[in-house]
Amino acid sequence: MSEYSESNDLGTQVIRIIAYTQRMPPEAISLDSTFEELKIDSLDGINIVFALENEFGINIPDEGVQDMRSVRGAVEGVRKLLEEQKQAVPPGAA
Amino acid sequence: MNRVAVTGLGLVCALGRNVTECWERLAAGESRIGPLSDPGSPPYKFQNGAEAWDFQPLDYFSEKDLLMLERFAQLAVVAAREAIAQSGLVFRGELCDRCAVVTGTSVGGQFSEEEGYRRLYKENNPRVGPFTIPRTMSNAGASRISLEFGTHGPAYTVSTACASSNHAIGQAFWMVRSGQVRAAITGGSEAVFAEGLLRAWEAMRVVSPDTCRPFSADRRGLSLGEGAGMVVLEDWEHAKARSAKILGEVVGFGMSSDAHHITQPCIEGPAKAMHWALCDAKMTADEIDYVNAHGTGTPANDATEVQAIRAVFGHRAEQLLVSSTKSMHGHTLGAAGAIEAIATLLALKNNLVPPTANFTSTDPACNLDVVPNRARSASIGAAISNTFAFGGLNATLVLKKV
Repeated sequence: MSEYSESNDLGTQVIRIIAYTQRMPPEAISLDSTFEELKIDSLDGINIVFALENEFGINIPDEGVQDMRSVRGAVEGVRKLLEEQKQAVPPGAA
Repeated sequence: MNRVAVTGLGLVCALGRNVTECWERLAAGESRIGPLSDPGSPPYKFQNGAEAWDFQPLDYFSEKDLLMLERFAQLAVVAAREAIAQSGLVFRGELCDRCAVVTGTSVGGQFSEEEGYRRLYKENNPRVGPFTIPRTMSNAGASRISLEFGTHGPAYTVSTACASSNHAIGQAFWMVRSGQVRAAITGGSEAVFAEGLLRAWEAMRVVSPDTCRPFSADRRGLSLGEGAGMVVLEDWEHAKARSAKILGEVVGFGMSSDAHHITQPCIEGPAKAMHWALCDAKMTADEIDYVNAHGTGTPANDATEVQAIRAVFGHRAEQLLVSSTKSMHGHTLGAAGAIEAIATLLALKNNLVPPTANFTSTDPACNLDVVPNRARSASIGAAISNTFAFGGLNATLVLKKV
C-alpha cells in the first residue's frame, strides 16, 4: 500500500501526499489552500505531481500541471484522470 | 595584460561534424532538432532532440581508443583537434608547459555510469566495467586532449550545469590575459542522450514536446542537444609573432550567482553577469551589437532574460540583435557556452547574425529584435554570449571582431 495514506477519501489522500512531499503536517493543509499560500513553488509542484502520478498510477500531462495551483485543483485533476482511466479500461478487460 | 586572440575553432553537434558544416546551417537558419534515434520504452514525453546526427566515432578513433572514451569525451577531443589544426599551433618546447586545457561539462560520462548501474541493480551482477571511472570522470575529455597534444600546463574541468563551458572559457581567457599561460584549448562537451538522464529531464517537465522556439509566444520548453565546441585562445603577440590567422578576440568575462532559487530564474543574477562582463572588457553597453542569448525556449527563462538584457542595456536594447541558436542545435547543456561562443565569433567574422529558428509569434514579454527565422546581415563589431545554469550560476563572455 501507499507510503502516504490508507484513506479512501481522495481529498485526504492528496493532502497527505502534498504534506509528505513538503515535509509539513497535513493539518496545515486544507482543500481550500492555494499552493502560493503553502509556499509551494513550481519545482515543489513538479515533485507533488511526480508523487501523485506514482500514487495513483496516472499520467498527468503538462497542461494538467498548469491547472494544479491549489489543493482543490490537484484533487480535481487527479479525480478527472482516474475517471478517464476507468472509462478507458472497462472492468474485465485485459 | 595581454590581448587574447582566438586562433582556432572546433565544432561538432547536431548541425554538423565541423565548423564549416555547422556554420552553413546556422547561416541558413536550419533547425536540426528531430526525432530521437531511441524514442524510449515506454516513449519519453518528448520525442525530439538534437543529436550529433552525423558523428561516427570510428571515423575519429580506433576501437581500442573507444574503450576508454565516452561519447562526451569523444566529442570534446574531435572539436579540440579541429580547433588546434586550424590554429596551426605545434606543441613543443616552452609552449607545452605554457598551454592550458580547460573544459566544461555538466554530467560527464553518463553512459558508463548507467551501464554500471544496469549491471549492478538490474542484472544483479556485482562486476562493473574496470574503465567505468576513467570513462565517467568529467575531466576525461580534458585529460585526453592534454595527452594527445602533449600539453603540460594547467588542465581541468569546470562543472556548472548549463554555464559550464562559459565558465571554462572565461577561466582560460583570464589565464591567457594575465600571462599565466600563452595559449589555452578551451570549451565544453556534453552527451545527454542516456536513458536515465533523459528520464530525469522528463520528470523536470522543462523539455518541449515538439521543438525549441525561443522567445516565441508558443514556446513550450527546451530541446536537449549534444555536442562540443572548442576554441584555441592565444596571447595576441604570440599569435602575431607566428603569423597566425586571428579569427576573433575574447575581451571580457563576467559571472554571478543568483542566490535566489535552485531552478527559477531571476533578473538580477543574469544582469550582473552581463554587467561584470562589460566591466571586465572595459566596454559600455552601447558598444555591443549582438547578444547570443541563453534563450532556452522555456517560458520562464526567455522572459526573464529579456528583462535582464533591458536592465543592462537600457535604450541600447532596442538596437540590439538578440538570437538563440539553441533553436537549431538544441540545448547542449555543458557544451552550450562553447558552441554558442563559436556561433557568436562566426557571426562577428561573417557579419551575419544567425537567427532564432522555429519562431512563430511575438511574445510581448520578449519584445526585442530576436532575429526570427532568417539570418540577418549586419555590421556587428562586438557581442556577448550568455549562459545561465540551474543553480542560479551565470556566465557571460564578451567577444569582438578583429
